[in-house]
Amino acid sequence: MQTAYLGIDTGSISTKGVIIDENNKILAADYIWTEGDPIGAVKKIVNLLRQQINERNISIFSIGTTGSARKLIGVMLGAKVVKNEITAHAIGTLSVFPDVQTIFEIGGQDSKIILIDDGVVVDYAMNTICAAGTGSFLSSQAKRLGMEVTEFGEIALASKNPSKLAARCTVFAESDMVHKAQIGHKKEDIIAGLCTAVVANYLNNVGKGKRIKAPIVFQGGVSKNAGVIRAFEEATHEKIHVDPNSHLMGALGVAILSKKAKRETPFPLNISDITYETMGYDCKGCPNHCEIICFYKDGILIDSWGNRCANGNPMQQSLKNA
Amino acid sequence: MQKIISFPHIGNYYVPIEIFLKLIFPEHIILPSPKITKRTLELGSKYSPDFVCVPFKYNLGNYIEALENGATVLIQVCGGCRYGYYAEIQEKILKDLGYQFEFIKIGWGKFNPIKIYQLFRKTGASASFPTFIRYALLTIKMIEVLDSFESYIRENIGFEKKKNSLETLHQQFLSDLRTVRGFRQLSRLQSEYKSKLKTIKIEKPSDCLKIGIVGELYSLMEPFSSFFIEKELSKQQIQVRRFITVTFLLNKLKLDKKILKSAGSYLKYAIGADGTDSVEKSQLLAKQGYDGIIHMKPFGCTPEVNAMPILQKISNDYKIPILYFSFDSQTSETGVKTRLEAFYDMLLMRKEHEKCKQLI
Repeated sequence: MQTAYLGIDTGSISTKGVIIDENNKILAADYIWTEGDPIGAVKKIVNLLRQQINERNISIFSIGTTGSARKLIGVMLGAKVVKNEITAHAIGTLSVFPDVQTIFEIGGQDSKIILIDDGVVVDYAMNTICAAGTGSFLSSQAKRLGMEVTEFGEIALASKNPSKLAARCTVFAESDMVHKAQIGHKKEDIIAGLCTAVVANYLNNVGKGKRIKAPIVFQGGVSKNAGVIRAFEEATHEKIHVDPNSHLMGALGVAILSKKAKRETPFPLNISDITYETMGYDCKGCPNHCEIICFYKDGILIDSWGNRCANGNPMQQSLKNA
Repeated sequence: MQKIISFPHIGNYYVPIEIFLKLIFPEHIILPSPKITKRTLELGSKYSPDFVCVPFKYNLGNYIEALENGATVLIQVCGGCRYGYYAEIQEKILKDLGYQFEFIKIGWGKFNPIKIYQLFRKTGASASFPTFIRYALLTIKMIEVLDSFESYIRENIGFEKKKNSLETLHQQFLSDLRTVRGFRQLSRLQSEYKSKLKTIKIEKPSDCLKIGIVGELYSLMEPFSSFFIEKELSKQQIQVRRFITVTFLLNKLKLDKKILKSAGSYLKYAIGADGTDSVEKSQLLAKQGYDGIIHMKPFGCTPEVNAMPILQKISNDYKIPILYFSFDSQTSETGVKTRLEAFYDMLLMRKEHEKCKQLI
């Protein structure tokens, strides 16, 4: 039987999963939309991964989760490793590009820059307040222009004269885009302008003050967009490396991290028949009204979080009632 | 007529402030506003201008909760930056909401004991001027005791052998501190707790992770406003250091020029409020071999925004990572936790890597 490790990256827009072997080689991988239902998406992706390795004799000995729903999914799968996206992305990228010095990452809601020196993360930054310069920005503009965001990159490359767009935030960009279209800018120029705007926004917000050194690796969902890659190359005057698996780096990283927490017995992957439920309520124990999340597996409370004091600990209360 | 006097929260300083007011207003009732909760912030944000810095919202929420509980006199201190205008605007907002109260505004800029005494006198303090000064000195001393106790806790709580023993002692200390009414009692309490602290076993490795915290004073001193970051860090066995305390601020009045001088090549002029301190202390932390710095500010805090590019320079010069936080009433706790987790993960990776290098 082959030992394998599962990594799941549940983001706001997409859910990524990989199964790797002892040598970090990807045995199975998939990428699906989260669609606002992380639990459902994880059930689905685990099933898809299971189908990919079905005929082979592979068992999962550890599980790691990352992404904004990492905690929820970690509880759901019983994962031993629950890591933040930054660490996971850095580890994943280093396994593919050992000499990388700068990682650009643009995802659905978050964008980050990770600086690496000698194989170690030495500095990072993440977008703080606004989500302009991220994937959701591009997809909302694609919708406005009546096209799929996946077509964006190719169309942008056709432009010879990108429009200059004010892109401090989606609202500014949108009104400027409308204006540019009304005065006769070509669609491909506007799209190329958007890609440039995302890059400018990223470098001015997230990358401000950071020393960007080559080799640069670009990843996250937006790294699939050729227009943005070109805009990055123009802005940094460096070659931008994009791995074919660039969208899977977080999942890969956390799968690698989970190897340390290997178990004796393999994890069963047949979770599609189990019902997972979350219930949130406001605790009335004190005026703070903490939002408590209870997590149920087949109707049984298995974990809860969100309370700031012992007053609002449903785990203890249910023990008391039992 | 008996008055009910209240004031906003900032960390645990409500204990000495409450005692001070009790001493100078023996005929009146002193009622600190309820502890800050989500409701405080909701109330505060509802009636504040949207883009005002978030401590304003906390203060306003505190006032509304105090008024609901029957307060008739409110106190605000005015200071360095926009903080100087807080009192005026807060009074206007609260009066517009229909509350009846007296508002004492203590101007920090021209810190003049006689003027402050006159202010309190007008509100109904009966103590003589020398007594007033004595009580003020007692309060300052109490704050010093409180600060040194808490800074010990900050640096060691991650390493206690028995979980929660420092936290329990801290709560005991605060409730005992509330009973203090004189210098002798205070010094007895101080030495009692000094020896109590010594009995708590601390196991701190000499090469533990060390993080320094700099930034705007309210975010630093009121743990609720910064999502209890210090606590979160200490749970991860990190030694946490911060300089900004009320004791520091009181001493700072004398030290302004010295601080600017020691910031050396990084600053030529003071950049307002605590921005200068953020720069000076960050450089100090870097020199002392700290692993990382966290800079916290309310969203839009101008003095700290001034400090940020200089901090970036320090970060590059000393190769020390700095994590920046901007807090607002809209800030999500999950986001803060993710960034914090990534930060100490990174610091640990750096540290372990250095160890590995030494082995080779």
